[in-house]
Amino acid sequence: MSDYDPVEVTPLHADEVSRMEADAIAAIKAAADLDALKQARLAHAGDRSPIALANREIGALPPAARAEAGKRVGTARKAINEALAARQSELEAERDARVLVEETVDVTLPWDRRPRGARHPLTTLQERIADAFVAMGYEVAEGPDLEGEWFNFDALNIAKDHPARSEHDTFFVGSTDSGMVLRTQTSPVQVRALLQRELPVYVISPGKTFRTDELDATHTPVFHQTEGLAVDEGLTMAHLKGTLDRFAEVMFGKGITTRFRPNYFPFTEPSAEMDLKCFVCRGASAIPGNPPCRTCKSEGWIEWGGCGMVNPRVLIACGVDPARYSGFAFGMGIERTLMFRHNAEDMRDMVEGDVRFTLPFGMEI
Amino acid sequence: MKVPLSWLREYADLPAVTAHEVADKLTAAGLKLESITSHGHDVKNVVVGEVLEIEELTGFKKPIRHCKVETGEAEPRMIVCGATNFAVGDRVPVVLPGGVLPGGFAVGARKTYGRMSEGMICSERELGLGDDHNGIMVLPAGTPIGTDVVELLQLREDVIELEITPDIGYALSIRGVAREAATAFGVAFRDPADVELPTAAEPAWPASIGDPTACDRFVLREVTGFDPAAQTPLWMRVRLTRAGMRPVSLAVDVTNYLMLELGQPLHAFDREKLTGEIVVRRAAAGERLETLDHVVRELDPDDILITDQSGPISLAGTMGGLETEISGSSTDIVIEAAHFSATGISRESRRHGLVSEASKRFERGVDRELPLVASYKAVRMLAELGGATVHPGVTHAEVEVSPARIAIPAGYPGAVAGVPYSKATVVARLEHIGCVVTDGADPAVRQGGVDPTGVVTGGALAAKLAVTGDDMITVTPPSWRPDLTDPNDLAEEVIRLEGYENLPSVLPSAPAGAGLTEGQRLRRRVGRALAEGGYVEVLSYPFISPADLDRLLLPAADARRVAMRLANPLSEDEPLMRTTLLPGLLKTLVRNVGRGFSDVALFEMGPVYRPREGAPEVAPVLGVERRPSAEELASIEAALPDQPLRVAAVLAGEFERSGWWGAGRAASWADAVQAARLVAGEARVELSVSADQHEPWHPGRCAALYVGDTLVGHAGELHPRVIEAYGLPPRTAAMELELSRLEAVMPGPVETPAVSAYPVATQDVALVVPDFTPVADVEAALRDGAGELLESIRLFDVYTGEQVGEGNKSLAYTMRFRAGDRTLTVEETTAARDAAVALAADRVGAQLRT
Repeated sequence: MSDYDPVEVTPLHADEVSRMEADAIAAIKAAADLDALKQARLAHAGDRSPIALANREIGALPPAARAEAGKRVGTARKAINEALAARQSELEAERDARVLVEETVDVTLPWDRRPRGARHPLTTLQERIADAFVAMGYEVAEGPDLEGEWFNFDALNIAKDHPARSEHDTFFVGSTDSGMVLRTQTSPVQVRALLQRELPVYVISPGKTFRTDELDATHTPVFHQTEGLAVDEGLTMAHLKGTLDRFAEVMFGKGITTRFRPNYFPFTEPSAEMDLKCFVCRGASAIPGNPPCRTCKSEGWIEWGGCGMVNPRVLIACGVDPARYSGFAFGMGIERTLMFRHNAEDMRDMVEGDVRFTLPFGMEI
Repeated sequence: MKVPLSWLREYADLPAVTAHEVADKLTAAGLKLESITSHGHDVKNVVVGEVLEIEELTGFKKPIRHCKVETGEAEPRMIVCGATNFAVGDRVPVVLPGGVLPGGFAVGARKTYGRMSEGMICSERELGLGDDHNGIMVLPAGTPIGTDVVELLQLREDVIELEITPDIGYALSIRGVAREAATAFGVAFRDPADVELPTAAEPAWPASIGDPTACDRFVLREVTGFDPAAQTPLWMRVRLTRAGMRPVSLAVDVTNYLMLELGQPLHAFDREKLTGEIVVRRAAAGERLETLDHVVRELDPDDILITDQSGPISLAGTMGGLETEISGSSTDIVIEAAHFSATGISRESRRHGLVSEASKRFERGVDRELPLVASYKAVRMLAELGGATVHPGVTHAEVEVSPARIAIPAGYPGAVAGVPYSKATVVARLEHIGCVVTDGADPAVRQGGVDPTGVVTGGALAAKLAVTGDDMITVTPPSWRPDLTDPNDLAEEVIRLEGYENLPSVLPSAPAGAGLTEGQRLRRRVGRALAEGGYVEVLSYPFISPADLDRLLLPAADARRVAMRLANPLSEDEPLMRTTLLPGLLKTLVRNVGRGFSDVALFEMGPVYRPREGAPEVAPVLGVERRPSAEELASIEAALPDQPLRVAAVLAGEFERSGWWGAGRAASWADAVQAARLVAGEARVELSVSADQHEPWHPGRCAALYVGDTLVGHAGELHPRVIEAYGLPPRTAAMELELSRLEAVMPGPVETPAVSAYPVATQDVALVVPDFTPVADVEAALRDGAGELLESIRLFDVYTGEQVGEGNKSLAYTMRFRAGDRTLTVEETTAARDAAVALAADRVGAQLRT
């Protein structure tokens, strides 16, 4: 080290360093785009830039001068790098903004390459009803459409010559005395459930039913019902009412008013019809002088379904001891429910399969 | 049942309430309001006038009169009238200028036929009293001039139409409805059947009951010297009309009037036309009867007949015979009032397709104590209104019937309702409906057997129905309530009269259920998946035509040709139950295309009906007094067809739409196969696909779908001739799967896969195979050959052309390999690939394309 001869190095003069810094910052500011900035970075902050070269000269200074020179160069380099970073982010922001504008599309263009289908509202309505009861602990029971006459009538206390039997306009299979019919109601599932399941039984059974009505706006020969059955110890008509009140609330919302009135079904005794107070006119249309109501046909009430305590004769035919068990059953028409829950006016729409009718109902109802 | 309110008020002391209020109470009691028809409420300014002068006007097409009519006003009125059935001095109803006739028809003073007419002289029809429009209504002489006709003729009436359920036949009468109304309002009821009957000295026309299962009471009374020209009084005609019956003649009107009032059907015979003793019996083979409607009926041995020594003279309780009908000249009349077997009349009426007012009542149950009363009232009316002489005798044939008696604990109705009723309430309610209630359980209850009307009142069933407990009461229902046979019938009566609206609402706590079954969940998933996949669900009728089976090109031996047939189809064209879902879907597709929707994809889920080979033709109808044995139940099931659940889809037009993005993609066989895969995917089973020839599909574009060895369905493009037969768009594709079979093979819960974090190694291979080689076979070979390291395989190109030689195709696959425990080496993946290719070469002759 003794032969080392420290000399004054020009690039490390304060003026010189300031000039380098000023040149660099001017060049950085002048860079118009990211490429120009890259050039400026090479020229003023790269390995061969004046400031880098100057930095290398620091070692040649006399020890006493190194610290000061080092500080001077360091400050300049820091300023240059900061200017570079600032310009870099400015230019990037500019570029991004420009590119995003260039890539703008018309997002209002339609895109229906693969349109979605839909499920039939009668199917989804049956599911919703089933779900309401599954939530209460019921299970979904099933039975065949083409049913034994015994299941559809006799076991339900509808004897061969009973007037109620002729009210069911029955499709007979094979011949009128084959003992086979298209079920006229979902009630035969009650019989099957009682024969197949262990007591207590709480089941709901949606399904297809058949009567020989010609298709028109309010009739269809193939329609749908949901049957409910509960057989347990100590069930009463109050339980039936409580169950249907809850069900009405689930289907039509809180505040719905229900009404029981006496009716007749051979398979229930006592029997009742369950009416809903019209949720459109709230019953007002039934009062003479008030405007008519389409939903309830100005009756004020909507007939929703039949119900009652399972006739002990039905229990006996299914081998259930009526002295120990009692039960209730109910049934409603799905088409009717769709009509007044969704203002569907014409049953033909439910039958014909026109996609315009079904599509708006989507996946659930 | 149409009930004029004035008639009802005759027997029930109803308060001053509106018809709507009466109807609401009746509805709450179980007699449901159908409609209310108001008559005459808008009528005003109709008075009694006397015709003072008549001037006959000439020169018109019909006779016209100009009349001077005294109406009790300052001056007589001058009125033009087109009728000629009245004379000077007659009292007639006159609507004055400013008056209104039924239907809101306003009458003024106007010029007609060249004269001023100040009002109108009225006919019965114009007053809303009936259909008689043959002339002016001439009122009895001495009717005070100026009297308000609305009051005089009771033009104002409300008629309540009630829906009567089949169990309460008694409510098909004013008597029955009045009793219910009186109970509902808590007011007095006067029983129109409460009549003191004179003791009869001798029998009338001879009669006997030949078959005690057909009839248990038969009553005849006679009148002579009836005036056939006697008119039915206006009040009776008005009531009949308002109750929905057409007035005919006095004798017939009297029988109808009493039937409406009491509920007892009556029949009038012309005495002159009867021959010897009347016998009630069943028909003999080959007998015939011409009924009132001029139809000659072949009688069935089960038919219940009224016969005399000449043969059948009436189809009992249903319709009379033409031979013995009363005519416009009958003077001597025999009135029949009887109690027939309800089921017997029901069968007879159905057999002959004859539903009459009488049969409707008999099959629903008529009060068996009424025949003596009703027949007596009838002959009295014929005497009073038709000048007849009542024969003092009565013929009364009868079969002893013990009334039903039912013992229940006094608390039973409350136990059924879920709310306690006091014993006093229970007894009072039962007495309201006419029951006799005594304390204690009568040991004689329910030992009867089957009574003639077919109601089971004894035997094993009665024992099973019996209810026991503390504080027993024995209830004898009244004769007009044959529907009350079981303990629950009594419970209903008490509960309904206490008010269904007063029942508490209590939600029972059902035991926890298991939710939906796997099958039920699967069906929901399948429906959702297909709908999300672009298909719209339809629910078509399950009825098909034999022509559908031809249109589908089904071969003669195809199992789908064996279908259940309806005995009474709605349309003779479609008597069969579907054996495939396709016809309904195809017709729905055509309907949508016809309505302008040419890009349609539809699906349906539902059963098909497949008769079992060798199934019995009849499903037995079992007894109901006990649970059937397993064998008995099986005998029903054996006759029923198999009803497996299927899912099918059809599609036509563009499955992917054209648009501003470019061309779309037409629906094809591949979409149909994919729809099937979608369904199988929901069942978590893999479909294996193989080429098949199966109608109604295109023989070169039909896939058979298997799960393992089980055939579960078919998919592909439809046969061009099927497309033509149904008028479908070209290239319509379809799939049909038997969901029940998929359900049966559905695996258990999904096994969680091991997810490897090691890198994937990808190898592409191109294989050349003959054109006819199914891709599915090639892929299966590659999979099997590649072994466990293969993670996935995907066909990314199919090429045919010169480079692979005529009759060949090239299949390019990407194979991805991965191990769970290490990074695979190139050697390992190459070896796996080579093994795959080797197996493909071995199985299907595949050559590695170089």
